[in-house]
Amino acid sequence: MLVDSPPRESEAAAPDEPPSRRRTSARAAGLLLSVALLAVIVVASIAVGAKQIPVGDVWHGLFDNTGTDNDVVIRDLRLPRTILGLLVGAALGLAGAVMQALTRNPLAEPGVLGINAGAAAAVVSAISFLGINSLTGYVWFSFIGAAAVMVVVYALGGSRSATPVRLALAGSAASAALLGYVRAVELFDTAALDKMRFWTVGSLAAANMNTVKQVLPFIAVGIVLALLLARPLNAMALGDDSARALGAHLGRTRALAMIAATLLCGAAVAACGPIVFVGLMVPHMVRAVTGPDLRWILPYTAVLSPVLLLGADVVGRVVTRPAELQVGIVTAVIGGPVFIYLVRRRKLAQL
Amino acid sequence: MKTLTKARPAAPARSGKPARALRTAGGLSLRLDVRALVVTAALFLLACTAGVLLIGSGDFDIAVADVVKTLFGGGTTAQEFIVNELRLPRVLVGLLVGAALGIAGAVFQTVTRNPLGSPDMLGFSHGATAGALLAIVVLHGGPMETAAGALIGAVVTGVAVYTLAWKRGVHGYRLVLIGIGGSAVLVAVNGYLLTKAQIADAARAVLWMTGSLNGRDWAQVWPLLAVCAVLIPLTVGYGRQLRMLEMGDDTAYALGIGAERVRLVTLVAATLLVAVATAAAGPVAFVALTAPQLARRLTRAPGPNLLPSACMGAVILLVADWSSQRLFGADQLPVGVLTGMLGGVYLLWLLAAERKAGRI
Repeated sequence: MLVDSPPRESEAAAPDEPPSRRRTSARAAGLLLSVALLAVIVVASIAVGAKQIPVGDVWHGLFDNTGTDNDVVIRDLRLPRTILGLLVGAALGLAGAVMQALTRNPLAEPGVLGINAGAAAAVVSAISFLGINSLTGYVWFSFIGAAAVMVVVYALGGSRSATPVRLALAGSAASAALLGYVRAVELFDTAALDKMRFWTVGSLAAANMNTVKQVLPFIAVGIVLALLLARPLNAMALGDDSARALGAHLGRTRALAMIAATLLCGAAVAACGPIVFVGLMVPHMVRAVTGPDLRWILPYTAVLSPVLLLGADVVGRVVTRPAELQVGIVTAVIGGPVFIYLVRRRKLAQL
Repeated sequence: MKTLTKARPAAPARSGKPARALRTAGGLSLRLDVRALVVTAALFLLACTAGVLLIGSGDFDIAVADVVKTLFGGGTTAQEFIVNELRLPRVLVGLLVGAALGIAGAVFQTVTRNPLGSPDMLGFSHGATAGALLAIVVLHGGPMETAAGALIGAVVTGVAVYTLAWKRGVHGYRLVLIGIGGSAVLVAVNGYLLTKAQIADAARAVLWMTGSLNGRDWAQVWPLLAVCAVLIPLTVGYGRQLRMLEMGDDTAYALGIGAERVRLVTLVAATLLVAVATAAAGPVAFVALTAPQLARRLTRAPGPNLLPSACMGAVILLVADWSSQRLFGADQLPVGVLTGMLGGVYLLWLLAAERKAGRI
């Protein structure tokens, strides 16, 4: 389909060295660089905010906590927020990468398979009919809603014999139906609309250690599962017939990929609302650098997604200080133009 | 014609019955897909029936026979006022908006070669929403300002996405990626505007964003009708070329199709159709996404299925409006709520049925 995506590194490689090894070391170096970048962003996320904390005090607050004002701010506010940002960022990015590989569709993001709509429908019901008003109260509803919709979409997409197009269509159809319901509830119940408009943009501001503990197990299992799926998903990228010939278990891989995506995305949406952008964009940006091999895309995505999310969160705390701009808004406003620039400049590695 | 393999008996089933061709003595020939024609006609009739039912229902119910009689100029004065002044414009707006969205969706899905490539995905609806939200939240404007904002927003977004995707030609894949990048930014901006609004403005904005046909009059019909009358035939005229385009640019060029020109003309037409439709009724969700998919499954014909998609869009919108009035009372629930539910549930049902029948 796209003609201009030949492997470009091969001509640059030195003649006496096999090109593949050279490419591997370049990618490994890039991954290390990304980890370093992540470390810098983590420190910035702890230090920057309505109250600035010097970098020296960040160390003090984290490892030698004696209860000064700064230590309290770090331990009760900034640390949970940063950890949640790390977890949610990695989860959203990986979920997006797995989804795009699974449906072989560049438009695929957790929203397309109905996860966000399921979560939104459950949350709006919780707010409007059960009168639940706290963010920690939403968590389980949003998780269960996401999981339930995922099961339905998987069943309608054809379960073991699902094709990428059927999965994507079933997901958007479910989203259509559920978002209709969400809109209806919002229009009848203005108080619910008032809550939902803030939930919908996505924010890390309400993070606390309790939320972190609630979502950590799901995200951890999801991350491991997603990383393990890199090889079979690589095989499936060649098309179903070739994948079967190469020994991949199509049905099992699809089911596991759906489970991984549900765990990751369900937990992330539960913790801080539907932040669509990270899962959609970061895999595309990463693919422009690493090429189509999921064994590289997935680790890169897991490291770079939190960089984007936490970076955006830091920016959101600075631009309208002392008020804050929600992280979901900042990620898209910063990430969108960068993404468009990348799409225009790079030769695209296609799914 | 025998099937290819035992394992996949369903796939080549259609090719067993080729479309008929109409030949004249002069040597002209025309391909005739009977099933597609029948489906299109049936959908058109269904849309008209839904329109008549819709005119008849409301606070003051009018019998179907009376509606038809009034439409042809034979009703009482009261009936004429209700039908011609109050309800006919609303039904016409619904009919035209549905058709415009359906055909535009078919064009987008063909050009991007992606079943998810709808105006929502490519950012046009979000651009229109941003324009309308600015008009509602920042300028506190009324319906006319909102419609103008939506029109400007959609057109500006369309031009921006197309220009950004241009690089020695517009490629479907790049267009999709630029589109989702742009729509992500716009969604964020819209979310921000909503959180900053007064709650009353926010409620008004959500009502508009859902898409509604309430209180539409002739002032909305005429511009919509004019644009549709020009652009829908134009787009349908490009149906053949669009079908060639599905085989890939190289094949299309070899068959004598100027791929880039066809893409430009059809995309501009589709964008304008979406823009005027959104200005008239708000960004009615999922009609552009589901209508072409449903039409394609009913006609079982290859290609963009432009006319069936247009009729399907009109059917979805009018049936949704009629059911929302029947279920919840007149003007209670905007039509956008029901289009999502109806279109979505119908598509799910169709997917399940197809799976049972072994197609796909």
